Amino acid sequence: MQISFTLNGRPTTVDVEPATLVAELLRERLTLTGTHIGCDTSQCGACVVHLDGLPVKSCTLLAPALDGATLLTIEGLHGAPGSNQMHPMQEAFREHHGLQCGFCTPGMLMTAVALATEKPDLTEADVRHGLEGNICRCTGYQNIVVSVISGAAAMNAAKGE
Amino acid sequence: MGNVIGIGASPKRKEDQRFLTGRGNYVSDIKRPGMTAGVFVRSPHGHAILRGIDKGAALASPGVIAVLTGEDVAADKLGSLPCGWGISDAKGVPMKEPPFPMLAQGKVRFVGDMVAFVVAETPEQANAAAELMTVNYEVLPSVVGVLEAVRPGAPQLFDDVPNNICCDWELGDKAAVETAFRKAVHVAKLSLVNNRLIGNPMEPRAAIAEYEPGTDRFTLWTTSQFPHVVRFLMGALVLNIPQHKLRVVAPDVGGGFGVKQFHYGEEAVITWAAKRVMRPIKWVASRSEGYVSDRHGRDHVTEAELALDETGKFLAFRVNTLANMGGYLSTFGPNIPTNLYGPLLGGVYTTPAIYCNVKVVFTNTVPVDAYRGAGRPEATFVLERIVDVAAAEMGIDRVEIRRRNMIPKEAYPYQTPVLVQYDSGDPMGCLDGALVAADVKNFGIRKADSARRGKFRGLGYSTYVEACGLAPSRFAGRLGARGGLYESATVRVHPTGQVTVMIGTHNHGQGHETTFAQIVSEKLGVSFENVDIVFGDTDRVQFGMGTYGSRSLVVGGAALSKATDKVVAKGKKIAAHLLEAAEVDIQFEAGKFSVAGTDRMKTFEEIAGAAYVPHDYPLEVLEPGLEEQAYYDPVNFTYPGGCHIAEVEVDPETGTVTLVDYTAVDDVGTVINPMIVEGQLHGGIVQGVGQALYENAVYDEGSGQLLSGSLMDYCMPRADHMPMMKIATHSTLCTHTPMGVKGCGEVGTIGSPAAVINAVVDALSHLGVTHVDMPATPNRIWRLLQNASLPVAAE
Repeated sequence: MQISFTLNGRPTTVDVEPATLVAELLRERLTLTGTHIGCDTSQCGACVVHLDGLPVKSCTLLAPALDGATLLTIEGLHGAPGSNQMHPMQEAFREHHGLQCGFCTPGMLMTAVALATEKPDLTEADVRHGLEGNICRCTGYQNIVVSVISGAAAMNAAKGE
Repeated sequence: MGNVIGIGASPKRKEDQRFLTGRGNYVSDIKRPGMTAGVFVRSPHGHAILRGIDKGAALASPGVIAVLTGEDVAADKLGSLPCGWGISDAKGVPMKEPPFPMLAQGKVRFVGDMVAFVVAETPEQANAAAELMTVNYEVLPSVVGVLEAVRPGAPQLFDDVPNNICCDWELGDKAAVETAFRKAVHVAKLSLVNNRLIGNPMEPRAAIAEYEPGTDRFTLWTTSQFPHVVRFLMGALVLNIPQHKLRVVAPDVGGGFGVKQFHYGEEAVITWAAKRVMRPIKWVASRSEGYVSDRHGRDHVTEAELALDETGKFLAFRVNTLANMGGYLSTFGPNIPTNLYGPLLGGVYTTPAIYCNVKVVFTNTVPVDAYRGAGRPEATFVLERIVDVAAAEMGIDRVEIRRRNMIPKEAYPYQTPVLVQYDSGDPMGCLDGALVAADVKNFGIRKADSARRGKFRGLGYSTYVEACGLAPSRFAGRLGARGGLYESATVRVHPTGQVTVMIGTHNHGQGHETTFAQIVSEKLGVSFENVDIVFGDTDRVQFGMGTYGSRSLVVGGAALSKATDKVVAKGKKIAAHLLEAAEVDIQFEAGKFSVAGTDRMKTFEEIAGAAYVPHDYPLEVLEPGLEEQAYYDPVNFTYPGGCHIAEVEVDPETGTVTLVDYTAVDDVGTVINPMIVEGQLHGGIVQGVGQALYENAVYDEGSGQLLSGSLMDYCMPRADHMPMMKIATHSTLCTHTPMGVKGCGEVGTIGSPAAVINAVVDALSHLGVTHVDMPATPNRIWRLLQNASLPVAAE
């Protein structure tokens, strides 16, 4: 079937098998491999993307659900295509060493941006609870929590300007 | 000279840009022209005889290109998956080493054992065909626990391995220990289980193999911590592919923790199959597939006894352990519960006599091998637990009993009775620092506050040491290592003075691209931005041993340091010629070669330029170019250690243990990048906390089914399981590594399980609880409390 949606700001139309998962569509068909697949039970959160502004696990979402929707992936989070300009949350993760192997990072960032958008003045408890659906095996979460709080503050400050 | 960022600074990581923007290059991201998909058919039984495999329906399925089984492997006369260590028993009898075929032959020995490989045009077609495979199994009873496996009448995995015992290994002076026990005033005894773990790097294992008939070359992209070792083991010992015809690439790898430091059958099968089908093949494991095929960790059952005199001094320590090897010997398997376990049983104490017996046992489970810490967390757990038990039984404070037995700082270098000699350390200093940082003196106030809320609060200590920087080859060879454990680095200075480093270690989260660049920036005085680190590709990097055992900075960093010294030495020769001075008068400092006592100098860039444009150059005595290589083999292990203090709160209503505070003061030697070291400690500690409180790989006895077969059933630590940890270093310098470094990758995982469980036991000690096995789940604690005739309210 044919589906049309907005992908990282660009109108996109693709033919897909109805059983295609969004994570597969992104990775295999659209060569957007920043969205990762870390499990098969919707536990790890490496595949989180934003569907109409809300964080979803793209490994458990069927492609037809994208029709008419707006999808944001890690590749659309930072500045202009081809630039090295980053989103304040990405900057915060770099600043506070909120990543090690990088595999969970795209999902962490997408969840973090959604958390910060929903509640600008995030507390440590908010962040720890909000990251329940994202597993990281490297960092022990501490620097991720620090990064998300800092990134949320930076997003807030940027909004105020 | 630009922006030198050297040792002790915390620049932001070079590798972060690509990971933060979704531009990492992991194996599963790679596509090759004409690529096919491979799927493994795995045994659903723990133990069965293979009575026949019918490929017919699968071969006829749409899109299927090939179906391969153990018979095809045998027909091609391919080798067994090799074990890198050969241990022996006390009489020198070598371990039993049954073959480990890359696809099962005759028998399957664990759920997940590979039976066939299906190659098709798409993953969907390969999966559909795999479903059509008819495998005729004659199911046998499985044995999964070590106690069960050594009992008379237990199912036997191999005809020629009686009682499933691979090796009956021992270490230490048994007679001296027996004598000391006879003199003991008190003997503390402890039986414990070190729970089986699944490593769970967030990136599942994956591989792509390709054969180019025009050049007769193979390329394997694999999620590996040591691509050169994979090339050597697989090429030389399994597939008979000459080394120069085999390229192994491990690009960005999403975490390893040991799980990716073995040569896996999947790698051999897919490489072999790529030539048979003349197309590239890709295989990506699902998480659940990883659970039944990634090598597991730990899984010990131990009886320990500590002999003490009337003052609480340790006289002797005796440990008997049954260690699970799973169904076959993995790459490092038998080394982990023996050589990386027994020698650590001295801990930071002056115990004069130690004896350790380890029976290494086959069972119908996934092969067990190294997982972060590997042997050393198990040793630390036994020792630090029994010290607490002894303290409680003798009525001595837990900190005091440790102090009475600790090796004083002045006593280093310290020879233990179990082979290893610690070069440096200050365990008392770490303990003192941690006591302050953890605010132990006010613990009573916090405990009373918890009691008012109906909670039991406990404090736990772990004062530990580990051996890392694997490994001094001569020493390792005596212990049974079948290879060397050195490391290599090449420093290539470009004509314009920028530097590319080729190093044999592998970076999969540890920040080597940053740390190693800092070393080069400091040593050569070049800008941090002008240094790139290349790793993970056997075509680009000279031979190297990879990353495991906290060795990358200790061994690889030392090779890098040596190579930069060679660059400076050659640069001095060039500078002496250009400056018309004697070589001995040339000084190198902050990126400048100068003649001592003069203002005559050449910059590093000028020397690099002269090396590559040798118009005015001492060609008679010196070759052009500025590129140096060094290999480094350490003379000893390094011995990081420290003190970890955990504080927990137990809810008696639910049995839930909450980790409320965690303090670590560690001695990791020289710190190159404090930000990265702290990150390594955070991650390591949480993996240890995971073992102590959450994680457990559970098999069903009899059927051999893995009950904790997915992330739904295996509890991984999450962000809300942890408090903010307090991390500090208290460093003494390693006396034998060039920069004084000791390594930091595993310390967190080694020190933490004992600290957490000691805290849990402390919280429950007023109820008569003396030991809690890991993981201390709510279920386990709640049952303990039910049996402990719980008082109506907490104190």
